[in-house]
Amino acid sequence: MSEFFSMGGYGSYIWGSYAITAIAMIALLLATLRSLRNSRIERDQLETVLQARRPRRTKKAPKAS
Amino acid sequence: MHRFAKPSVFLKLTDPLLPWLAGATAILIATGLYFALFASPLDYQQGDTVRIMYLHVPAAWMGLFCYVGMAICGAMSLIWKHPLADICARATAPIGATFTALCLITGSLWGEPMWGTWWVWDARLTSMLILLFLYLGYIALVNAFDDPERGSKAGSALALVGAINVPIVKFSVDWWNTLHQPASIVRMDGPSVDPSMQLPLALMILGFTCYYFVLLILRVRLELNERRIRALQLSGMFDERSDQEAEKANSYDAGHNAEASQ
Repeated sequence: MSEFFSMGGYGSYIWGSYAITAIAMIALLLATLRSLRNSRIERDQLETVLQARRPRRTKKAPKAS
Repeated sequence: MHRFAKPSVFLKLTDPLLPWLAGATAILIATGLYFALFASPLDYQQGDTVRIMYLHVPAAWMGLFCYVGMAICGAMSLIWKHPLADICARATAPIGATFTALCLITGSLWGEPMWGTWWVWDARLTSMLILLFLYLGYIALVNAFDDPERGSKAGSALALVGAINVPIVKFSVDWWNTLHQPASIVRMDGPSVDPSMQLPLALMILGFTCYYFVLLILRVRLELNERRIRALQLSGMFDERSDQEAEKANSYDAGHNAEASQ
């Protein structure tokens, strides 16, 4: 088993490559998922806020014209 | 113009695809890793370090693949003003930049034990570093403008001009004397890599490609959401202005006109 981890003496280079690649790919995925969730929340909030405001405005508009 | 970028159309097309792509990514990379780390032979010269190849080559492939995709999207965005093309290009850039950086890092970690150096300024390594800078330049440029349309125009132009670097990366090992080995997979007389090493390599390349498409779909959705937020914020500001500042604006206009008539 330790033979497997030492990789013929090159363990640090090989495991370093695999670790950095795994960290970068997982981090990119997680960062994307997080900002996607945040953008969804912000969009929904804005939509409900604006929708709540709209009917009031459309009522007002005919009066003004 | 923005009818092509309708979120509903994009979601309808990609929603059923996403779980399959995610599953394929996991299975391909898991089996690829098994073969790469356990069930593939040692290289007769390089010993165990050949296992870095199963990350280095797929990462390099993705770096170039993403750049070609980004340049094509940039061209489509310039010629047909297709908003989804611009969104795809913007979504691709950070993924391609990540893979290019990984290619350089794993290459360094491979070069130190095998070549005895982390880095040399030879043609292949330098052109790959330029590829990374092109990605970073594109990302900086498209976000540098307040008007996203101007940003995408400048970015698309950069992506297209930079595309000249892609064949330079590919053929650098043939055109110049480099420390880097010549092409061993995509060559006229077929791959020169042993079949036992081709299998994990192919699995990892396919896995990385599927990973790219998963990320692309997610990032396009993110970009669509952000555009929707921007549009809502603008219309919200317009609402507020029309509610509160309509009279102010009228009085300003009246005063201005009065001044002008004097």
